[in-house]
Amino acid sequence: MSTTTTPPPSRLDPEAVPRRDVLGLAAMASAAGACLLALVGMLRMPKAAVLSSPSKKFKAVLPENLAAGEAFVPPGRSVALFRDAAGVHAISTVCTHLGCIIKPNAEGFECPCHGSKFLGDGSVTRGPAPRALPWLKVSHTGGNWIVDEGAPVPPGTKVQA
Amino acid sequence: MTPAEKPPDGLREFAENLKAAPRHIYETAFRGGTPATDRTRSTFIFGNVFLHLHSVRVHRWTLRWSTTMGLGIMTTSAFLITLITGVMLMFYYKPFPEAAYDSMKDIHFVVPTGRFIRNIHRWAANVMVVAVILHMTRAFYTASYRKPREYNWLIGLGLLVVTLGLSFTGYLLPWDQLAYWAITIGSNIAQSPREVTDAIGITQWFDPGGIQKLLLLGSDVVGPEALIRFYLLHVMLLPLALAALMGVHFWRIRKDGGLARPADADARLGPPPAGTYPIFTEAPQRTYQLAAIVKGRTPAVNNGPENTVPSMPHLFYAELGVFMLTVLICLALALVSDAPLKELANPNVPENPAKAPWYFLGLQELVSFSAFMGGIGVPAIVLLGLGLIPYLDREKEGTGQWFGGPGGWPLVRRSIFVGLGSTLLVETLVIRFGWLREWFPHIPQLIITAINPATILTTVYALYSLWLIRRHHSTRAGAMGLFTCFLCGFLVLTIIGTYFRGPNWVFYWSPGDWPKH
Repeated sequence: MSTTTTPPPSRLDPEAVPRRDVLGLAAMASAAGACLLALVGMLRMPKAAVLSSPSKKFKAVLPENLAAGEAFVPPGRSVALFRDAAGVHAISTVCTHLGCIIKPNAEGFECPCHGSKFLGDGSVTRGPAPRALPWLKVSHTGGNWIVDEGAPVPPGTKVQA
Repeated sequence: MTPAEKPPDGLREFAENLKAAPRHIYETAFRGGTPATDRTRSTFIFGNVFLHLHSVRVHRWTLRWSTTMGLGIMTTSAFLITLITGVMLMFYYKPFPEAAYDSMKDIHFVVPTGRFIRNIHRWAANVMVVAVILHMTRAFYTASYRKPREYNWLIGLGLLVVTLGLSFTGYLLPWDQLAYWAITIGSNIAQSPREVTDAIGITQWFDPGGIQKLLLLGSDVVGPEALIRFYLLHVMLLPLALAALMGVHFWRIRKDGGLARPADADARLGPPPAGTYPIFTEAPQRTYQLAAIVKGRTPAVNNGPENTVPSMPHLFYAELGVFMLTVLICLALALVSDAPLKELANPNVPENPAKAPWYFLGLQELVSFSAFMGGIGVPAIVLLGLGLIPYLDREKEGTGQWFGGPGGWPLVRRSIFVGLGSTLLVETLVIRFGWLREWFPHIPQLIITAINPATILTTVYALYSLWLIRRHHSTRAGAMGLFTCFLCGFLVLTIIGTYFRGPNWVFYWSPGDWPKH
């Protein structure tokens, strides 16, 4: 029977990791895991439960002499209101590209930031805007027109007084 | 009684110590003494916590003007200037919408030297952006990113991103029209992944764009929450990130063996000019060793630091010179040109044209075709490509030399023509004939997102680069072609965005042709 003799470890060989170190590493890992878990719980912190945005519903008074196809933009709002024989409708004037406020003109709308153009019904004819302008919910209560900027409706929805 | 037996005169000793105190304070602060000899020049550096990031001796190649052109130090200097002037501005700035604008007016018209400080801050920020881009260009063309400096190249990319982030967040703080519409456009670019998720109809379930915008603004409109978030990023988080990355960046330069230099640098330099003192010209028997820190071999035994000169004064005086030049540039620009302040932010009337800061106008030009590709897709591809360069180019030829590597300057010259030509051609076509939406109004958005000037140019550059790799049998050749093309593209798009785009982002040969309101 011959015994194999392992050569003595060289001074330059790495040392084996002792058991105590393994336990220590495990303790560190579990502590790190606990911290990570707490962190994941706090990830919601940057998003407040209630956002401080102004109300999206507003009351609009249409001018008496608003012609069919002519846009009326209530002061301080980014919505264009139209009135024709079929009723009243509202189209958002926030560009679907990068959020600039577009201006109504004779053919439809035009964006000052990157040159998108839209027809009167909100559909894109040129420029980088990826989507048509959304139509917004309009309702008529108590002689007032109420527009809800947060509620898109299918294009073509018009409301009679 | 003899004088020796006399008890010491306590008061006299006290007076003498008091008299000597200023000298002693000076001596204990600067223990090394005047840096006049090799030894005191060394202690001057490693005895000083602020200087000891430098090595004590520096290779003569590092000090050549053409090695770095001082661009890294210029970036650092510009950062220090923005740091100091930025803290001064913080005394008066109030991060709340209307108050922010009023405080900017105060800084401009009421605070003594306030306008001058703000001008310096703004110009130093611009100098920093220019210098950091040129510094990266230098590091690329001298092939300084190669082993063992790959990781430092990545840190440098991080610094570029943080620098641009600092500039962008700073742009928003005045709460004027420029600021408000820059936040609006910026946060909507963050939201632009919706361009893709909307097109495939999954935004309801998976909306990374919406989350990014919400995180930036803290609300669904641009208001006080957005301003305080950008303020916090600008004065706290990003500067801390920048400082930490800068520390790593500088430290790695030393750990990676100083600046990159050609293998035959010593031969090229030739003998040192007479009067350069002192230079190690012969290898000493033993230089230094790492004792009892790691197991392993002792570094650099019998291998002297030949051709090195003491960092004090040679390197420090050069750095000081670049710093003073940077200060001079910023002060001169601040004296001749005021930082802009437009009207108070008005959420109902966008600026027309609404332009980002000049270094983002190239991106804005791309964004005017597809928000997602121009604002997120292509920049991400470019950053990824830049980051991969040192890991794909594992060659040795030309390290530390301008336009080093197969192909050399002729290749770069040809690439400049390719880069300028292709970008100008694509831009001319889209400016003259429009793009897909004008030709086919009902085309699906996904096709425009996939095929637009941004993606076409990226593809052309990439194909050209692959062709170069095949032709020269060298990844470095391809990298040089690609990098040159992207620089040319950046230049052309930035110039078009800055000088040739007017109201509604329409092309005009000069602002004189803009329509009158």
